Amino acid sequence: MTDFTPLLSFTGGTLIGLAAVALMAVHGRVAGISGIFAGALTTKFDQEWAWRAAFLAGMVASPLVLLAVTGQLPEISVPSSPALLVVGGFLTGVGVTFGSGCTSGHGVCGISRLSVRSIMATITFMATAVMTVFVVRHVLGG
Amino acid sequence: MRIVLAFGFGLIFGCGILISGMGNPAKVLNFFDLAGTWDPSLAFVMGGALTVTAIGYHLIFRMKQPLQASSFRLPTRQELDAKLLGGSAVFGVGWGLSGFCPGGLIPVLGIGMMEPLLTAISIAAGILVARTVIRLNYGDRPAKA
Repeated sequence: MTDFTPLLSFTGGTLIGLAAVALMAVHGRVAGISGIFAGALTTKFDQEWAWRAAFLAGMVASPLVLLAVTGQLPEISVPSSPALLVVGGFLTGVGVTFGSGCTSGHGVCGISRLSVRSIMATITFMATAVMTVFVVRHVLGG
Repeated sequence: MRIVLAFGFGLIFGCGILISGMGNPAKVLNFFDLAGTWDPSLAFVMGGALTVTAIGYHLIFRMKQPLQASSFRLPTRQELDAKLLGGSAVFGVGWGLSGFCPGGLIPVLGIGMMEPLLTAISIAAGILVARTVIRLNYGDRPAKA
């Protein structure tokens, strides 16, 4: 069980939105994390690489800032085995590359622009995630 | 200046992820577990993020150009093809197995646990393999969402 946290989750969501709006207003870029991550992995070390690396570094630094402000780290609990993390991670990498985006790029930024591609992509990955968890937890009984 | 601001925006994004619960795989997997220990919290993350982004984008796109760039870089493709839908389906399976989407994962890397690092390396491997396959088969580079 995890606690139902509508207020914290909504507040966190507005911060995600705020960052996405700021990145578009200043850099003119979609805040799609898989695209930013992939760009930081593969492009030349130019200006385009630099803003992506800086954005990712800010994300990685965020738990330390939260720790400094609130005095505690957020609770992180990983139910999946290392094998599931490796397979799940690999499929995530393949999927976001073919699908041109993930939860942030399609689910937040794309839907906010009413992009039909992003709406269809989000419905698709949400549906297969629900099916996957159903199979793992209730069919295989993991 | 662009670099410093990008760091700051990443920081805000990451704090949002951690406060919202998107970085906690136990919570993410419970959101997907409609038939079991369902936790609807993450619908509120999407609600908050979409409200701010939809209104914010609407206002921003009245500007001629971004403050620190020459133009807005927005995806222009319209087609609903097998690449988009098949890729998204595979991403959902991966997300349902690990509980980490890319945006949820990166901030958690800063906590220093082994599991997020293992997942990040696996995602990077998947991206590099898929890029190679796409380059060989389609002769182009995947665009970003």
